[in-house]
Amino acid sequence: MNIHEYQTKELLRSYGVPVPDGRVADSDASAGIIAEEIGGDRWVVKAQIHAGGRGKGGGVQLADSVEDVRKHADHIIGSRLITPQTSSAGKLVQRVLVESAQDIKQEFYLGLIIDRIKQRITIIASASGGMEIEEVAKTDPDKVVREAVDPAIGLPEFQCRKIAARIGLTGPLMPQAVKLMRSLYRCFRDKDALMAEINPLAIVDGDKLLAVDAKMSFDGNAVHRYPEITNYRDFDEEDPKEVEATGHGLNYIALDGNVGCIVNGAGLAMATMDAITLHNGSPANFLDVGGGASPEKIANAFRIVRKDPNVKAILLNIFAGINRCDWVAEGVVQAMQKQAISEPVIVRLSGTNYELGQEILNKSGLPFINATDLDDAARKAVDAVNSLS
Amino acid sequence: MSVFINKDSRVIYQGFTGQHATFHAEEAIKHGTNIVGGVTPGKGGTTHLDRPVFDTVSDAVREAGANVSGIFVPPQFAADAILEAIEAGIKTIIVIADGIPVQDMVRVKRYVIGHETIIFGPNTAGVITPEECKVGIMPANIYKPGRIGVVSRSGTLNYEAVAQMTARGHGQSTSVGIGGDPINGANFVNVLSAFNDDPDTDAVVLIGEIGGQQEVDAAEWAKENMDKPVIGFIAGVSAPPGRRMGHAGAIISAKADTAVAKMDAMEELGVHVVRNPADIGETVDRALKG
Repeated sequence: MNIHEYQTKELLRSYGVPVPDGRVADSDASAGIIAEEIGGDRWVVKAQIHAGGRGKGGGVQLADSVEDVRKHADHIIGSRLITPQTSSAGKLVQRVLVESAQDIKQEFYLGLIIDRIKQRITIIASASGGMEIEEVAKTDPDKVVREAVDPAIGLPEFQCRKIAARIGLTGPLMPQAVKLMRSLYRCFRDKDALMAEINPLAIVDGDKLLAVDAKMSFDGNAVHRYPEITNYRDFDEEDPKEVEATGHGLNYIALDGNVGCIVNGAGLAMATMDAITLHNGSPANFLDVGGGASPEKIANAFRIVRKDPNVKAILLNIFAGINRCDWVAEGVVQAMQKQAISEPVIVRLSGTNYELGQEILNKSGLPFINATDLDDAARKAVDAVNSLS
Repeated sequence: MSVFINKDSRVIYQGFTGQHATFHAEEAIKHGTNIVGGVTPGKGGTTHLDRPVFDTVSDAVREAGANVSGIFVPPQFAADAILEAIEAGIKTIIVIADGIPVQDMVRVKRYVIGHETIIFGPNTAGVITPEECKVGIMPANIYKPGRIGVVSRSGTLNYEAVAQMTARGHGQSTSVGIGGDPINGANFVNVLSAFNDDPDTDAVVLIGEIGGQQEVDAAEWAKENMDKPVIGFIAGVSAPPGRRMGHAGAIISAKADTAVAKMDAMEELGVHVVRNPADIGETVDRALKG
């Protein structure tokens, strides 16, 4: 689960990570008031959307007067911001973060991830701040410092000193860096984060370290432990179909094609999409109904898949282990009867209670297309789409 | 022969009296699995499915000689259940629970160091040695005794591959699910290595997914160490980068972990790569002949 920059900074501030003075605004008027309250003579107005690369899309503006702050806020709020990480339609901006602008002397990178190979929380740091860390790792791998943290002892001070020294944060900056790293780690561990990134981490006026930009994401399987993080969720940043699917216990991801897919299990769902692609078709979505799917759940899956206007045919591929083909078949019948489905429906059932499921489908007299195996199902789905055009 | 579990395994289910565990324990018993009891804290001293229920795993080890555990407790409590099984000296832990927080698994993987325990999962359909021992949620009837080892991240794609193999007369020595999570117990190399040492396994089918580099690492290991053919498939050719495809581990984060890049790398390392998921059975035929 991703959260906004202003939320990340609010959270980090509570852990003692130094961040710029600032607050979020949802109108030009409140942006102006915040600028006045912060004081100073230079501010930055930053669009709050989940996508990165905001500066490149004009979503980060400097202002030399409160009037300018209001002007930029007015311009950004309500606009659609297009960045290298958004679709070409961009994302609607509903809020801006107003902060005091910083006089930056030097920029660094500091991040925390969970390294899948080391199977540990791992700190990534670099003296090349303000750039994409993936780029630095590619062009200048020596400049990227990685240190895995032993969960049995946490992040000790010596390890922070080691990292700080290697990226050049020495002298009076070293104790600041140690404190900041330990605070960031504590926050990451306490809240079951999956990723935290401070980029840039900057040396500003008065030789102070400051998290100028920050972003975090959290483990969807753990956020229920932390109501304050759950409250940060911004449904406007998510695909409404995906949100609705989650509510029904379905795992749905919208894609660009025209064959709607309803499958059990993530691996088989991907393989089904692949089989469609191999037959020169194009999947409209990834959808995993999970285990123990009731007829209602299957019917809901049809409803969600059909909300995508590009869908021209629907392929249901179930290899039941923990599922039951008879329940799935009942769901198919329910959906086809109640939803007035005009698209061709291709059904492949296998596994637990296969015979019962097939019998329910056959008795229904409904015009579904029966497929014997994965390949047959994919071919028939692509054929069905092609015969329509 | 087989790997990891067999007819002599003494199996317990943690979360034994729950609805899912009960259903799957009954199925496993029908399949011949030697389930010696189960653990449900607070219900120690009672019986369930005609078997003893224990309060703790160490009771089950001491009193019933348990050495394999299937973890069926809900994901938010699963890490604790795994730690308990490790501490009690269980040798093989199979974690069916799906949705365990990643950092919980980081701690589990730290704790298991120095213990002689192998963990499968989380988020696995389980492990099955056909007609001897089943710890998991897979439909047992598609698995037949034979000489092909199977290892996969996905459950249902494992069923798909096994059904194709069984239809062509290739039974399985053991089928192992390592699970779809980013931090899991045994990896592909651990399982390949066991199959390589098993005199009754002739070839191994490895089914992976986008994300991470485990499959390519496994192919590299196999090139150096294996004297049996490996047949490989990677799901997710059509998956877009940056989107998590159901499994928390299935996300393309770098060029090297796309399905095509992985399959190309594996092919180069001598794996019989299957490009179409419908051709897994056929490729096993070819690999055994060739």
